[in-house]
Amino acid sequence: MFELLGVPPQVLMGQLLIGLINGSFYAVLSLGLAVIFGLLNIINFAHGAQYMMGAFVAWMLLNYTGIGYWPALILAPIVVGAIGIALERTMISRLYKLDHLYGLLLTFGLALIIQGLFRNYYGVSGLPYAIPPALQGGQNLGFMFLPNYRGWVIVASVIVCFSTWFMIERTRLGAYLRAATENPELVGAFGINVPRMITLTYGFGVGLAAFAGVLAAPIYSVNPNMGADLIIVVFAVVVIGGMGSIMGAILTGFGLGVIEGLTRVFYPEGSAVVIFVIMAIVLMIKPEGLFGNNA
Amino acid sequence: MTDAATMPRTATTGEALLTVSGLEGWYGESHVLHGIDFEVRRGEVVTLLGRNGAGKTTTIKAIMGLLGKRKGSVKLEGTETIGLQARHIARLGIAICPEERGIFSSLSVEENLHLPPKLSEGGLTVERIYDLFPNLKERRRSQGTKLSGGEQQMLAIARILRTGSRFLLLDEPTEGLAPVIVQQIGRTIQALKDEGFTIILVEQNFRFAASVADRHYVVEQGRVVDMIPNADLDANIDKLHAYLGV
Repeated sequence: MFELLGVPPQVLMGQLLIGLINGSFYAVLSLGLAVIFGLLNIINFAHGAQYMMGAFVAWMLLNYTGIGYWPALILAPIVVGAIGIALERTMISRLYKLDHLYGLLLTFGLALIIQGLFRNYYGVSGLPYAIPPALQGGQNLGFMFLPNYRGWVIVASVIVCFSTWFMIERTRLGAYLRAATENPELVGAFGINVPRMITLTYGFGVGLAAFAGVLAAPIYSVNPNMGADLIIVVFAVVVIGGMGSIMGAILTGFGLGVIEGLTRVFYPEGSAVVIFVIMAIVLMIKPEGLFGNNA
Repeated sequence: MTDAATMPRTATTGEALLTVSGLEGWYGESHVLHGIDFEVRRGEVVTLLGRNGAGKTTTIKAIMGLLGKRKGSVKLEGTETIGLQARHIARLGIAICPEERGIFSSLSVEENLHLPPKLSEGGLTVERIYDLFPNLKERRRSQGTKLSGGEQQMLAIARILRTGSRFLLLDEPTEGLAPVIVQQIGRTIQALKDEGFTIILVEQNFRFAASVADRHYVVEQGRVVDMIPNADLDANIDKLHAYLGV
């Protein structure tokens, strides 16, 4: 077996896998943030709370109604997305003409309230959510052992990210979305209902967060703070990739997950800060982000 | 200055498609339109002439519902549109080609062309549009804003021809373009007129305006101050020069 700089391949591959899994969550979450920011100009600080809600809705479906993982993967994003739509209609839509800061403050406040409510009713110790039977066990790949569920998380994230990218960059609906991101007034003057498109886009972005939450439920324990811990890193990912860039958010998400994993192998002390160091460097060299444009 | 109420309004026959009366408009706090009155009949090409800042573009935007605040009356085929949002006004069969062209940089030429939804029957087919503007066909895969200024202008006109809207608002379509392209746009407007389109044209270049229009409204300080039928343009040329400050 080969060794790289004295690191056994099992360790390297193991951390690479963890990196890819973290990267999957970074990618799906930063994708949702990028889609929302692109069209709404809102920095959705409630994204982490909405991710947490996705995991909790999956848990509630299972424990209160007996609905299992697979339906929850569809239902939880719909439920949380619908809550997002209600928030957009009643509160967020009032802020579009104001500075970004107001949207950030509102969604940050909403995140605190949502997390507080869940902490109040469910505590902070975390609730278990079992891996669905079809994905238990794992594969021995020779150089490492790959748990099936972790493989599924990566595959599902790649599929969701690619589908979202395809929908936005290659379809008629996506063309409306891109055009409305650039010039909503003119798109409205062509007879398109832009406010409804904005509402649905927010619901979709929130649904993506909830989807990531359901994916995360069997890996991390379901607890009210799970989103708050993650969202700060995800924001760094979005800043590095460039606000509003779809492919940028996806590639940066996976890429930074892997870089973080590798840092854990070669310089464990740096793994918690490596993403922020990269963010600082990117901001100095290319403030609009790796995939952002100046326009 | 001619009083709007006594202005000749019978230059051509036919029903009024658009009747604008007492239209006032604001950009934020600044009051730009102070009571615009004019009308356009079906099948006419009418220009709004006037100096920079007279309120021509603002009038177009106000008709389309793109102004933050407007007052007065804008009737389209008898339907009052002053309280409607832009998307509802668009669905009444009116389409705008804005001064800044509004080509979307994140969309290809083809996507830009297909962006405005078809709102009614009677629009031009894509084949017919590519006949009118062969350049666009060649470059349909390019990014919208990679086109030359003239091509972008053609695209901005072309995409509203697909929608079935028969009433077009063209804001300075010849601005900053080479003479050969101005001619091509002139031929296009003539072709559209022959097909029965109704057009309001905002122009600085009144030689160009004279080559395609039926009537000219002169806008000054947010009001319509005169109307000159195209046939009487030569007789009124000195007056027009005075209005335009040329």
